[in-house]
Amino acid sequence: MPHIWCPGCGIGLVADCFLRAIDRSGIDPDKISLVSGIGCTGRVAGYVKLDSFHTTHGRAIPFATGLKLANSELNIVVFSGDGDLAAIGGNHLIHAARRNIDMTVICVNNFNYGMTGSQVGPTTPFGARTTTSRYGCFEAPFNLPYLLSASGASYIARWTAIHLRQLEKAIAEAMIKPGFSFIEAISPCPPVYGRMNKEPQGLDSMHYYQEKSVVINGADPKDADIELNGPIVVGKFVDRECPTLWDRLHQVASRAKGKRKT
Amino acid sequence: MAENQIMVGEYFMSGDVACAEGAISAGCRFFAGYPITPATEIAEQMSVRLPQVDGVFIQMEDELASMGAVLGASWAGTKAMTATSGPGFSLMMENLGLGIMLETPCVLVNIQRGDPSTGLPTMVGQGDMMQARWGSHGSYEIIALAPSSPQEIFDLTIVAFNLSEKYRVPVIIMSDEAVGHMSEKVVMPYVAPKSLTNRQRPRVSPEQYLPYEPDANLIPPMAVAGEGYRFHVTGLTHDERGYPVMTAEAQDRLVRRLVDKIQLNKSDIIRYKETQTEDADIIVCAYGITARIAQMAVKMAREKGIRAGLLQLITVWPFAEEKIRELSSQVRAFIVPEINYGQIVLEVERCAGGRARTVLVPNMGGEVHSPETILEAIQEV
Repeated sequence: MPHIWCPGCGIGLVADCFLRAIDRSGIDPDKISLVSGIGCTGRVAGYVKLDSFHTTHGRAIPFATGLKLANSELNIVVFSGDGDLAAIGGNHLIHAARRNIDMTVICVNNFNYGMTGSQVGPTTPFGARTTTSRYGCFEAPFNLPYLLSASGASYIARWTAIHLRQLEKAIAEAMIKPGFSFIEAISPCPPVYGRMNKEPQGLDSMHYYQEKSVVINGADPKDADIELNGPIVVGKFVDRECPTLWDRLHQVASRAKGKRKT
Repeated sequence: MAENQIMVGEYFMSGDVACAEGAISAGCRFFAGYPITPATEIAEQMSVRLPQVDGVFIQMEDELASMGAVLGASWAGTKAMTATSGPGFSLMMENLGLGIMLETPCVLVNIQRGDPSTGLPTMVGQGDMMQARWGSHGSYEIIALAPSSPQEIFDLTIVAFNLSEKYRVPVIIMSDEAVGHMSEKVVMPYVAPKSLTNRQRPRVSPEQYLPYEPDANLIPPMAVAGEGYRFHVTGLTHDERGYPVMTAEAQDRLVRRLVDKIQLNKSDIIRYKETQTEDADIIVCAYGITARIAQMAVKMAREKGIRAGLLQLITVWPFAEEKIRELSSQVRAFIVPEINYGQIVLEVERCAGGRARTVLVPNMGGEVHSPETILEAIQEV
């Protein structure tokens, strides 16, 4: 199938894991809604035979929130990039986790804005070069699992584009898990970010992930910072039982029944 | 029983509360919003009422998210609304554009306050009229209604939902602080569910369904999430299949249809009220709270023997071009009072085309016009 992604890009691999995860989960595809924002990863919504929504930059999660609250039977997956979800959409991301709304957010993290040609982003490691950080990124990046853990997510995992089986399993688990689930998928971006940071081929990034990934299931997310060329802690970090937004909403809404009209 | 929870009868209530009750009567079962003066009472009322009618109220983290959630709820098959004022209206422009592009039925209420920026949060304004028309980027057509009383905001909220479902377009209610915070008698009739308009549903199987294949009226039937149609929609320029097509031809077809589906149905959409215009040689053209004050000014002018009349714009967008054109060959002048420094007056002037004078009676906001100010303009012209 022709697609818009560059040679060596990891988004297609993550999308493939998602499709396999649907099979693994046993969820009826008619009941799955896929919502994307803007950017390279945002284009995933256009390649799946599902109800799929390619929305505005950063606003996939609010759109998905409306879908879920208006039809609780839908299984909602938000599929977008690190810039879309954590920068322009960062406020929505933490509030969705705080509400523990039942949805799965798959965040493909390639450490930069790829579609616009490699600009610095909220996850760009300190010192990494991009077209708007030519001398090296001088900002501290978000540790997304740590952010989402503090915000209240029920399920958090991080894998890279080389951990395809683990990623597929994690996505399936996340889709079944009630509450807010967050999957970070570290992905190569060879033609732009990779080229500027000594990983010009997709394979270079894959070698890096292979050599530097450290699997620690149950790791404390605060120990999962990513530094330029440093180790990448991967695994399932959080899997906890908390009431979802829908549970709480119903518990409270029952008090409205039988009340006077005004 | 949810159905029994719909209010019917005569009540004394504010415009904001009447707006919420109009939405409930119109079948609205989802509201996402963010607190903002002077629209907060709509959210408060919806938070009480929606759980009683098996609907969902959610207060979002901002107005960007509120408008996004409203679109999502509509795509899940629910009638959905949000309400805000100027600063929040600005934030909603982004997802309003997506709503237009995806052709999403929903209602957005703007209880206008003094402006620009934070302006006069608790005081009246009508400065967002052009933003309602042009606020989101790009070429599009929108529907906006301007109620002048709590009764009208109740009635027009129902009309807004019906128009949005019929034309698959977000409909904006452009009210103002004076109407929102004024309390008056509101008569709420029983609105039979059968009398409400619902979006056209696909009449073909999922295999044959094209999300943006329009009917003869240029409006595509709409599938919703979870029904097995497995459709794709995007804010990118798209073809009938809903998939992105990056060509000038696809752009031409899409943008023309988005505009034409409203333009070609103007006679069904445009509403106005004429008072003593038959023999008038001066017409006051006003909307919202200002129309009620203009009515008093016209009465005072008549008492002085001046042949004045009132054209109250109820549908502000699309603009009542033909009506103004028609009246412009009959009258000497249009007097346009509005609580801004001249917005709708530009439209009146354009349509009058030099056949009649157009005089703005501006008011920067914070208080409504006095009837005397408008009368003075009538006498001077």
